[in-house]
Amino acid sequence: MIETQKKDMWKWVIYGSLILYAVFLLYPLLSLLVKSVLPGGSFGFSSFGKFFANKFYYGTVINSMLVTFSVTICTVLLAVPIAYILNTIKIKFSSTIQILILLSSVSAPFIGAYAWILLLGRSGVVTQFFKQTFNISTPDIYGFTGILVVLTLQLCPLVYMYVSGALKTVDSSLIEASESMGCTGIKKMLKIVGPLILPTILAGALLVFMRALADFGTPMLIGEGFRTIPVLIFTEFISEMGEDDSFAAAVSVMVVVFATSVFLVQKLIAKRKAYKMSSLRPMQIKEEKGIKNVLAHLFVYVYILLAILPQLYVIYTSFLKTSGKIFVKGYSLQSYAAAFSKVGDSIINTFILALSALAIIIVLAILIAYVTVRRPSALTNLLDVSTMLPYIVPGSILGIALLTAFNKPPLLLSATAIIMILSFAIRRLPYTIRSSCAILHQVSIASEEAAISLGAGQFKTFMRITLPAMLPGVLSGAVLSWLSILTELSASILLYTIATRTMTIAIYTEVLRGNYGTAAALSSILSFITVITLLIFFRLTGKKELSM
Amino acid sequence: MSVRIKFKNILKKYGNTVVIPDLSLDIKEGEFFTLLGPSGCGKTTLLRMAAGFNSIEGGEIYFNDKLINNLSPGERNIGMVFQNYAIFPHMNVFKNVAFGLTNRKVPKQKIEEAVNKILEIVQIQEYKDRMPENLSGGQQQRVALARAIVIEPDVLLMDEPLSNLDAKLRVDMRNAIKGIQRKFGITTIYVTHDQEEAMAVSDRIAIMNKGIIQQVDVPQTIYQKPNNLFVATFIGRTNVLAAKVSKNTLILNGCEFTFGKTLPSDQTNVLLSIRPEEFFISNENKGGLKGKIEHSVFLGLNTHYFITLANGQEVEVIERSKHGTALFAPKTEVWLNIDTENINIFDKAGLRNLSLGGNV
Repeated sequence: MIETQKKDMWKWVIYGSLILYAVFLLYPLLSLLVKSVLPGGSFGFSSFGKFFANKFYYGTVINSMLVTFSVTICTVLLAVPIAYILNTIKIKFSSTIQILILLSSVSAPFIGAYAWILLLGRSGVVTQFFKQTFNISTPDIYGFTGILVVLTLQLCPLVYMYVSGALKTVDSSLIEASESMGCTGIKKMLKIVGPLILPTILAGALLVFMRALADFGTPMLIGEGFRTIPVLIFTEFISEMGEDDSFAAAVSVMVVVFATSVFLVQKLIAKRKAYKMSSLRPMQIKEEKGIKNVLAHLFVYVYILLAILPQLYVIYTSFLKTSGKIFVKGYSLQSYAAAFSKVGDSIINTFILALSALAIIIVLAILIAYVTVRRPSALTNLLDVSTMLPYIVPGSILGIALLTAFNKPPLLLSATAIIMILSFAIRRLPYTIRSSCAILHQVSIASEEAAISLGAGQFKTFMRITLPAMLPGVLSGAVLSWLSILTELSASILLYTIATRTMTIAIYTEVLRGNYGTAAALSSILSFITVITLLIFFRLTGKKELSM
Repeated sequence: MSVRIKFKNILKKYGNTVVIPDLSLDIKEGEFFTLLGPSGCGKTTLLRMAAGFNSIEGGEIYFNDKLINNLSPGERNIGMVFQNYAIFPHMNVFKNVAFGLTNRKVPKQKIEEAVNKILEIVQIQEYKDRMPENLSGGQQQRVALARAIVIEPDVLLMDEPLSNLDAKLRVDMRNAIKGIQRKFGITTIYVTHDQEEAMAVSDRIAIMNKGIIQQVDVPQTIYQKPNNLFVATFIGRTNVLAAKVSKNTLILNGCEFTFGKTLPSDQTNVLLSIRPEEFFISNENKGGLKGKIEHSVFLGLNTHYFITLANGQEVEVIERSKHGTALFAPKTEVWLNIDTENINIFDKAGLRNLSLGGNV
């Protein structure tokens, strides 16, 4: 610890960031809480009462629970074996597969939903094909099943990346020790590998849980009658008929309380089960033979095919000829032309808004990471907790909170670009803060002390010594933040106006209107931007994966 | 139950790189056998072939008369101690030690007895319920050792088990390891790059370099009668000096030394390996190599002198420290004589020890 109590510039960073968080996150959330207990302007709990009185409302909680827990369990059951296989068995084209896994996770979930509708929906190509050639009806993709399939495939890569990272910290001598004592195969995985990576599985599962709980676009598109909480909040808040801000606020408060308790329980378990491991020699990837090899390949290939299929199909349909809203025979660039002429401004908006948010994210993440790691105190601890709040607060709830708080002077921000940028920055900051903190823990403080002992000031030391060492971590977090801003829907759908419409919003509205061609063209452009981003990142860092 | 181990024409390749070209070795029943060599010499590779973690590209390994090439590690009845201990971090000490027995479906009662007994022997009985993260390095090492021997293995394999410990603990632990090995009489293969450790624990040592065994002998022979210059320089400290030889006279920097044995007559240019204690130092001219003191290091029992010879070569000399006399000051002129009966003489390539007499 560098003890320079006087003139510590970091003191001001701590105060400054705390004020920012107080104004732009805590205050809006509190406003929401206040609103929930002020139905119709006077104090009372009738908004909560309304929720529990009607099955139409509390049924959404049951639905949300069902979706969230099922998706979390399915994701873990799918992702852990895939990570284990790819990290221990030699799979052909495994580096391509890893990139595809990453790609499959960085599109908006609702694009997956809409692609599955195109494939397996009532008039989907696969459905029609089976009906016409074999007269077999395929399983219904709408409702719970659809949400489960779409979200599981979409969120699986998160757990995969977490677990993959953890498996690399398991020293092969542990595996060898267990093998030398006759513990092999499934038994080895259950008794040794499983427990060791359990904290990581839990962390990944938590992330999936929160994402599944908060996802708005998927149930909206493919859920049909199956309404989840984000859908309820959205419709209650936005709909012209039943507009009830207080009710929406009450539901939001309950969701946040629930999400927080899940978060805390996970923390508690993960903390008790965490082990320090130092890997001298990571596990080796071995070539398998026979049936085991075939099954491993098959499992991975089928999964990656299903995961990437929606995006591939969307790209394919973007090149189809359209007539009105219907795809017809032949190929053309019509959809792209339509996309540029009708919603071309959304592309520009996306870049302006996302880049502004990203700039804020990078600067704040670096500063906050530095103070939380290098100046641990009660205040920075509070800051740390505040920065992690957006993990728990679903996007639609943050959107409502921001609207509730900033719809009157002095901070009249609703319907401005600032509120969009704000919501992007708040929601996606945690990624960059996390990765910046992680790398800063590895940067030895001794090099900073050396610089100071050689006469460099605090600021110069930070700029010349610490910051350059932090950059790779900042960069990998920033890429994640950037990619997830591009596909942000649940908050921005509440906050956008026609002047601040992003590509993701445009895709969503085009899908709702049935303009599948335009939507496909736009999401292909979005995929293209994603791929380019990743390629630049890989080129810059020489890595082949994004660490979470 | 202990076994003999036989390595027969072992070949190890990684891709097209040959790591061990053709190695044969016999280890006796109950022997504490050490593979010693610089890093990358193939010692760990050989150990891991015996354990079953590395594939065998050619040759055979036998435990007694049983060929084990195609047995999985779990079927070889080995106990293995790893460099980083490989203690399972999610199990307490008792469960770690019991792990092997549990896998063999030994009854619970028996497991408890066996584990308690072994914990007492390695003296970590009181840490039975602790998690590994609350143990010191030495204690973790004891757990690893207990876990390896509680299954009563035929062979105990240890891969640089002490290299992560500090110097003092290393000495304590190597005594403990040696004591326990002797008590159980398990045939043991021990890998290390630390020669002092090897000397301290081993019944016999194999010196390896580049996948080839240079010498297999008891520690004393390895040190005093090395087979070649590599062994001479790898084990202990030594000064290597070029010399000419004619019959039983050595000519070194123009000085002549008589030599008790007769060397093969075709050798004229040779290399001498003179250990620091095989020099006699004097500040009076009683003949011998002339040199000048560079500096000295007093280490209690012994005093080390670093001396530049007339030809500019620096040599190290060790002398038993004397009472009441000052050390030779730097720049003092001294004369060195040589214990010619004990030094080793190698051919000029350093491949053969010429002073071993007819058995070379």
